[in-house]
Parts: sequence; C-alpha cells; structure tokens
Amino acid sequence: MAESSKAAAAGPDFGKAAKDALLSGIIAFALFGPLVGLRTAQNMNNELVVLNELGKALLITAIVVAGRFLLSAFVFPAIASRGKKSKAILTPEEVAAASARTRNVSRGALLFLLVYPFLMVLIFGVQGSIKWVDNFGIQILIYVMLGWGLNIVIGLAGLLDLGYVAFYAVGAYSYALLAINFDLSFWILLPLSGILAAFWGMILGFPVLRLRGDYLAIVTLAFGEIIRLVLINWKDFSGGSAGISSIPKVTLFGIKFDASPEGFAKMFDLPMSSAYYKIFLYYLILALALLTAYVTLRLRRLPIGRAWEALREDEVACRSLGINTTNTKLTAFAIGAMFAGFAGSFFAARQGFVSPESFVFMESAVIVAIVVLGGMGSMVGVAIAAVVMIGGTELLRELSFLKVVFGNDFNPDQFRMLIFGLAMVATMIVRPRGFVSARQPTAVLFERKAISGDLVKEGHG
Amino acid sequence: MEIFVQQLINGITLGSIYGLIAIGYTMVFGIIGMVNFSHGDVFMVSAFFALIFFLVLTQWLGVSSVIVALIIVMVISMILTGLLSWAIERIAYRPLRGSFRLAPLISAIGMSIVLSNFIQVAQGPRNKPTPPMVRDVYTLWDANGYAVTLSLKQIIIIAVTIILLAAFWYLVQKTPLGRAQRACEQDRKMAGLLGINVDRTISLTFVMGAALAAVAGTLFLMYYGVVHFADGFAPGIMAFTAAVLGGIGSLPGAVLGGLLIGLIETLWGQYVSADYKNVAAFSILVVVLIFMPQGILGRPEVEKV
Repeated sequence: MAESSKAAAAGPDFGKAAKDALLSGIIAFALFGPLVGLRTAQNMNNELVVLNELGKALLITAIVVAGRFLLSAFVFPAIASRGKKSKAILTPEEVAAASARTRNVSRGALLFLLVYPFLMVLIFGVQGSIKWVDNFGIQILIYVMLGWGLNIVIGLAGLLDLGYVAFYAVGAYSYALLAINFDLSFWILLPLSGILAAFWGMILGFPVLRLRGDYLAIVTLAFGEIIRLVLINWKDFSGGSAGISSIPKVTLFGIKFDASPEGFAKMFDLPMSSAYYKIFLYYLILALALLTAYVTLRLRRLPIGRAWEALREDEVACRSLGINTTNTKLTAFAIGAMFAGFAGSFFAARQGFVSPESFVFMESAVIVAIVVLGGMGSMVGVAIAAVVMIGGTELLRELSFLKVVFGNDFNPDQFRMLIFGLAMVATMIVRPRGFVSARQPTAVLFERKAISGDLVKEGHG
Repeated sequence: MEIFVQQLINGITLGSIYGLIAIGYTMVFGIIGMVNFSHGDVFMVSAFFALIFFLVLTQWLGVSSVIVALIIVMVISMILTGLLSWAIERIAYRPLRGSFRLAPLISAIGMSIVLSNFIQVAQGPRNKPTPPMVRDVYTLWDANGYAVTLSLKQIIIIAVTIILLAAFWYLVQKTPLGRAQRACEQDRKMAGLLGINVDRTISLTFVMGAALAAVAGTLFLMYYGVVHFADGFAPGIMAFTAAVLGGIGSLPGAVLGGLLIGLIETLWGQYVSADYKNVAAFSILVVVLIFMPQGILGRPEVEKV
C-alpha cells in the first residue's frame, strides 16, 4: 500500500507503461493481424481467397497499445492508491436511507412504466410509437420478467440454471399448439402453460437434485439443448425448424385487435393501427412482470423463501437443520419455470410465430447474464441489467447514422452480441457481484442491516 | 459388419478430435476447478487461424506441398491459439480468481460469446469451404459391393493424435512443468508456498490446452474442409461431455471419453437416428453427470463442509 502511494506521488511510471503497451501491442497484432487483417472471402469463382486488410488490424493494435498505455500509466496506479474502501456492513441509518432510496426509485420507475406507452404516443404519434413500445418496452419487459423468474432459481436458491430458456420454450409451444389445435383462448392457456412449464421444471429438476455448481449448470444446459433438438426433429409435433405460424392473438374481454367490425379500433371509433395491440401487449407483459416481482417478494418472506436462501448459503447445514432440500430445490425450479412458461406463452402470442431458433442456448446465456450482472438476488439490479443490456443492444439497431461515418457496409447490428459478451466479461471483472451488490438479509437478528454481496455465497450449491 | 467397421473408423477419427479438445477442459478443471466454457470457441478460432494461414501459404507464398503447408499451419495455429488462450486467461479469468465460484463461469460464457461474434464480424457469417486438402482413400476390403475405406485424412488424424498425446503425456509426467501442474492440481496454496509460480503454471495449462485444441482445429478443418463461426459450440459441448465421461481431471480419461463419445455419436447416427445423435450425446452427458459424476477414470469428489 505504502509503495503504491509512493509511486503515485512520484508520477506515473511511463517506462513500465511503455513496456506493457509494447508487449500488449505485439500480442494484439499477432492475434488481430490474421483474424482481422487477413479476411477470407469467396471470389467470383466461388473460391476462398484471402483479402489483405492489415490496415484495420493495425488500427485495432494501435487502439490496444494506447489503451494499455493509459491503463498502466494512469488507471491502475489510481486504483491502487485509492485502495479498498468497500465496507462489508452498513449502519442501520445507511440501510434505512438506501432502502428509502430504492423504494423511491422503484415507485418512480413504476410510474414511468405505467405512462410510458402514452408518452411515446404523445411524442411519436400513434404509428411512430409502435417501434418504441414494441422493440423497447415489450422486449425489455420480457427479459425483465425472465430475469426475475430466473432470479428465483439462481439468486435465491443458488442453483445455476443454464437451460432456463427450455421452460420459456415449453410455455411458448404449449400456447401455440393448444391454441391452434384446440382453439382455446389465451387467458385459459396462460395459466395452463405456466403449469406445464412448472411440471417440466419438476421433471428436469428431479434428476439434477444431487448436483451442484458447475455440474448442475452443464446438466441444465444439456436439458435445454435436448428440448430444443427434440423440437427441431419431432416434426409431426412441433413443425420442426420451420416452427408454428399464425398463432392466435390475445383478446381483451373477447375484443379482437383486428380490422373486423367488432375489432378494438372500430369499437372505439379509432383509426386502424396495430399500435393499440402493442400498447395492450405492453400492459399485459408489465402486469405479468409485476406479478413475478410481487410473488417473489412475498415468497421471500415465507418459510420456503427462507429455505431457498438458506440452501444457497450452505446445503449441508440446511440438511442438518431438517430442511427438506429435495422439496426446496424442486419448488425453486418449478416456480422459476412457471414464470418462464407465462413469459413463453406471452412471447408466442406476441410474435404469432414460434420456432426453435428463438430458444437457443444464447438466450439462456443472455438471461443468466442479466441476473448475474444485475447482482444475483437483487430485483432492482436485474431490472437495471435488463434495461441496459437489452435496451442497449436494441439501441444499436438504431445507429444506422454511423453508416455515414464507416461506409455503407457498416452494420451496427452485427456488433450487438459482441458488445453484449464484452459487457459480460467487463462487468464480471469490475463488479463481480453485479450492478447492485449490497444485500438486505431477509431474516434479521436485533437490527436491520445490509451486507456486501461478497459475504453471500450465491450460486455455490 | 462392413458398415460397422467403417463407422468404427469414422468414430475413432471423430473421437480423436474430441479427445484433443477434451484435454483442455479436463486440465483447466483439474487445476482451477472451472469449466472453461470458451474452450470450444478457442478451438473454432484455431480452425480459422489454420484456414487463414493455409490460404496464405498456398495462394500467396506458393507452397505446393499440402503436407508441408499443413505442418506449418498447425504449428502457427498452435502458437497463436496458445497466445489467444493466454490473453483470455490473463484478461478474463485471472482477475476473478478468488472471487465467488460463478464469476469465472459467467466470464467464460461472455468470452465464448465474444469469440464467436468477433469471428462473425471479422471473417463474415458464411461457411468457409476449402478445396479438399488430402484426397487419398485406401480401400481396406470390399465385400458385397460395400467397400470399407480408410482415408489418408483419417490416418493423419489418428497418427497426429497419438504422437501428440505421447508428447503431452511425457510433458505432464516427466518435466518440471508437468510436476508443477500436478502439484497445483492437488493443492494450489501449498504449491505456492513451495516456490511454484502458481499463476504462471495456470497460464501454461491454458496455453497447453489451447495448443492441443489448435491441433484439433487444424485437423477438423482438414477433415471436413469447412469451418463456420458457430462451429465451436457443438464440438465444445461434446468434448466437455467426453471430459466428464472419462472423469474430469484425468488426462487418459479425457482421451478415452473422447473416443467413446465419437463412437457413440457415429454409431447412433448409423443405427438409431441421425437426427437425434446430438440428443444422444447430451443424454449421455446428463446420465453420466447424474449417476457417475466422477466419470470412468476420475476420483470421486469428497463433500466438505
């Protein structure tokens, strides 16, 4: 500590920084030189040839060198001299202030969410609001809901589930198949697909009860892939990779959102637009997401919620205290899966089309990333992470003005997942406990206090 | 019978590739107890290195001998992939050592997304087919019109795998580096107290695993003649299954597991259902992890409080 502060006082060590920068430059050029600088492409005769684009590679190398130099010269010494200031335990006053802040932020956010579609209609007009309500509002809320659902499994019960998207798929296909084959309404099928997904959660949960940590993660990943592969290959049942199309839309008390005389627009003498349906869907998913949040918050206060958190901290201690770990784990799986099932049936109704393409492993990884980046167990954190990650990557689609700068071939959309992955790694390095890393224990002795996420053993069991 | 022998040959070839990748998983898990999720994508990047340098050698530098080109390409790919893996470990995993257990796994998943999407951006989203590099095919015997064949490609793959495994086995068993690795595997703290540079040993473990994955990547490119940016996921999962089946942490186990998975995949594809061969492999993963998580040659895990 003393040494580093001395170094900071003496000014940055440019010699060492230059050496670091040179070394990382060499490595960066060795890696980016071939991968970026020598692009393989097919020519007119359909032969694969190498195109020389070393300029790009040199540019990336220069950025790496400059970045590494700045890091070594200024950022790392600054971090070292600042030292560790994180406090593990906060005082009751700080806790009260923090929880009041959280409550105010949550209330403000809720109010904003309730008026959001009307705000968009006011700003962009009825037709212009579709994009903002659909691509941003609904899309983000679906992931908030999935994040909150998975938060029960990962954040509360500490079971790392990499196959969560399988339950989302179960919900989506349940709605799609039952609605088409049996002509049932969305409002009957919504709870039904939740129940079906919960059953699948239990079926898949049973065999993995004995596993913990990484092994559990891999097995759930395998289950997720098995369900997807079965959906692709069992063509008579699920339509294979072509998927199922023309899934019925949701109705509001029997009112259809279409151009028919009994449709929503005609009934209220409004001009025909798909925006009303989008706004309706927005409120539907908002209600579903809030239901998830409400149920989670209440469950945390029930014995089962306490048991989940105890299980996360120490499974052996749990068992010796007489908690039935089998039931505890199964309920976590089943309830988490149930919310994914709700979200899935909503997804199917919104898209009007489902195919196994929507349920790849990457989706699971995105949901897990949202839960972990938000700070496992923190509802606010998960919501923030979903807004940042999904909203941020959706925003990338809007950056077409960059084409003016980088030329017409530039497509910001293709950097979406790349940036997503980088953000995952960067957040883990900078804040391994996620955006919101303080925890308030559910059960308290004597006084309420918040503890740092470092003291919580999330995801161990 | 002929079909069975043919599928046996194909399965061993595929299994060799899986085995080479599986070693990377098993070594890293053995030494730091982490599932290196990005290893499959490192394998994919190594195949791209091989593809790029193969094209450079044959088209720009005019190397006419395919075998010479392949050897050079394999060495370059091993070096660069090792470097890549070193850089990944340094940037994404080392800062998280000592953090909570899920952190490195999440970071590795992020890295896996980064690698595959980076290749998609840098090299384009399309399949990269190369002209067949090695064409020779030998007929072993011909019965009732069904010829059992063994191609030169398959001989190369099996031979290279055997040679490299022997070299690798020597490295781990007889050299100071291998001793340091085995020491770190048993007790990292104690090894550090006894003067072993633990960080360096871990880095080198990543590099060695990546170098073997690069061999697998080069062989994969030579065998299939095509590579795609998403090709890391499925072989990565298969190789991980192989590592688990053989007993994670055990090197011979990884190779044995790789061969078994390769055989199961080809035989299942031949006799049961080609559509469901990946389902079969995943089911094996699930069944093995649930019923014998220590694998065939692994040590059982002791539960500590």
